[in-house]
Amino acid sequence: MSQVLIVAEHSGGQLSPATSKCVTCARGIPDAVITVAVLSDSGAGVAAQAAELEGVSKVLLVDNPANAQPLAAVLAPQVAALAKDCSHVLGTSTTFGKDLMPRVAALLGAPQLSDVMAVESANRFRRPVYAGNAIVTVEVPAGRQLVCTVRVASYDAAPEGGDAPVESIALDSALPRHTRFVSVSAPDSGRPDLQTASRVVSGGRAFGSKEKFESIYQLADKLGAAVGASRAAVDAGYAPNELQVGQTGKIIAPELYVAIGISGAIQHMTGIKDAKTIVAINKDPDAPIFEVADYGLVGDLFAILPELEKLV
Amino acid sequence: MQRIMVCVKRVIDYNVRVRVKPDGSGVVTEGVKMSINPFDEIALEEALRIKERGEATEVVAVSLGPDDAQQQLRTALAMGADRAILVKADAGLDPVTVSEALMALVRKESPDLVLLGKQAIDDDAAQTGQRLAALWDRPQASAASKIEVQGDWLRVTREVDAGLEVNEVDLPAVVTVDLRLNEPRYVKLPDIMKAKKKPLDATDLQALGVSVSEDLKVLKWDPPPQRSKGVMVKDAAELVDALKQKGLL
Ligand SMILES: Cc1cc2nc3c(=O)[nH]c(=O)nc-3n(C[C@H](O)[C@H](O)[C@H](O)COP(=O)(O)OP(=O)(O)OC[C@H]3O[C@@H](n4cnc5c(N)ncnc54)[C@H](O)[C@@H]3O)c2cc1C
Ligand SMILES: Nc1ncnc2c1ncn2[C@@H]1O[C@H](COP(=O)(O)O)[C@@H](O)[C@H]1O
Repeated sequence: MSQVLIVAEHSGGQLSPATSKCVTCARGIPDAVITVAVLSDSGAGVAAQAAELEGVSKVLLVDNPANAQPLAAVLAPQVAALAKDCSHVLGTSTTFGKDLMPRVAALLGAPQLSDVMAVESANRFRRPVYAGNAIVTVEVPAGRQLVCTVRVASYDAAPEGGDAPVESIALDSALPRHTRFVSVSAPDSGRPDLQTASRVVSGGRAFGSKEKFESIYQLADKLGAAVGASRAAVDAGYAPNELQVGQTGKIIAPELYVAIGISGAIQHMTGIKDAKTIVAINKDPDAPIFEVADYGLVGDLFAILPELEKLV
Repeated sequence: MQRIMVCVKRVIDYNVRVRVKPDGSGVVTEGVKMSINPFDEIALEEALRIKERGEATEVVAVSLGPDDAQQQLRTALAMGADRAILVKADAGLDPVTVSEALMALVRKESPDLVLLGKQAIDDDAAQTGQRLAALWDRPQASAASKIEVQGDWLRVTREVDAGLEVNEVDLPAVVTVDLRLNEPRYVKLPDIMKAKKKPLDATDLQALGVSVSEDLKVLKWDPPPQRSKGVMVKDAAELVDALKQKGLL
């Protein structure tokens, strides 16, 4: 039997869809008994959402004012205490999980596999390396405690319909004060979330200015799509950093991805490999993005965008 | 602060299209350009800027790897690091071993700040800095896009999925850096000459009392599934039609 602990990611009282995808990954571990840990200052609502996910056996709720913000240094000792007797400890491969899980792993003295994309057995997994240019199959000794982050773009959300018990527990881990949360800018665009949207429209360096990049938002709004950007567009200040798609940005798997004025660098493609349909619009017929696009359109985006907007 | 330790990993250059060997035993490294991990170059640049502002006195570059990693350390010295330490080891160490070796060096060097990349672009693990911070029982700030030194603490802006998060961390601390933190300087020829005279010490894992973790065994390497090339459409109308037919619009 595998005792799997999943660290819930949440904000504003909502369980992250990424955590639900972790549950799907965990269900692939043979004979997994899945526990979800919710660390929060008032996590009853989040715990209730986790309890509804099919496959979850138990939810542990650790409410503590110190957990109001997701500081890895504060959360890690608590997760390590909860995970003591678990075979697998899973987190999301988002900035939350990437920050937290290695700290948990080191406290447990356990190895970590980052970005798990397939479970082959309780101790054998597949994950991408070299920006997705290679996939490795990795084995850990049987019975060795293992920490994983789960590549969320590789999994569907777990269905609801479960009814797991929620257990509140108090931990007496000594929590550090050397790390303090100040603020987070979370501009609410009112648009679909980039990581879970079924349609994404992304713009690149070709836009040339923040003002011109605005036309991406207009098209996205017509399509009910989230907006993404290449690193070049973010670096140039056309779009905020949280919109970056790729190796060092967000890895996404929408039904439809529309790349406009993006060349298709390896680091960008890493982020969209799992998109079901890729559309590329670029004036250069030799742009690498056309090698992987399901539909390619060669032309000037400034002429094509207004037409598209009229047609959809 | 006194000393900043910067981690510098030797990796296949980010411009190289990495290929899996036909026998699945690894990726092709013969004749391939090697460089400093791009994130580490940014970490080093930041350390140098902190020192140049008079907020630190010494920058020490550290690498774990084969003898060839000296090349990357020499580049780090040419950029402006004061000295370098090579921990001789096979390539392909996992973050468990690297973080333990770094911890051993931290005990020797007592840095006030350790800067690392947020990830190495070969293993894409994104673990080492956070693991070191845990072993050291010190604060961590990952994926920094701005670092402000405030005496004995730092104000760090981090790139997170929601946007930008600001944390305060007391020193000593571990910070991993993201791409937008700065743009690394170019190395000039005279600096390369000067760097030859800077100290580059070598040690090894055994001397640091660290054994190589063999928990993560790579059984095989596969190329990623390829997407096939699709169709070209002639204009926006044809594109919209095609997408509508597929039920995507
Ligand atoms: C370690 C590392 C990590 C990285 N991580 C990421 C990442 O996460 N995400 C990411 O995106 N990049 C990342 N990059 C950067 C990446 O290598 C590329 O530099 C970047 O993706 C290029 O962005 P772009 O396609 O917008 O710009 P460009 O490569 O400059 O492409 C612009 C494209 O627009 C086309 N164009 C120009 N004008 C028009 C027009 N009027 N109409 C139509 N088309 C036009 C051009 O033909 C060109 O193909 C990373 C790089 C490194 C080193
Ligand atoms: N062999 C190494 N030598 C020096 N620094 C390393 C080494 N491995 C990892 N690092 C540092 O740790 C960071 C994160 O690496 P990783 O956890 O492997 O993604 C890198 O950007 C480096 O700063």
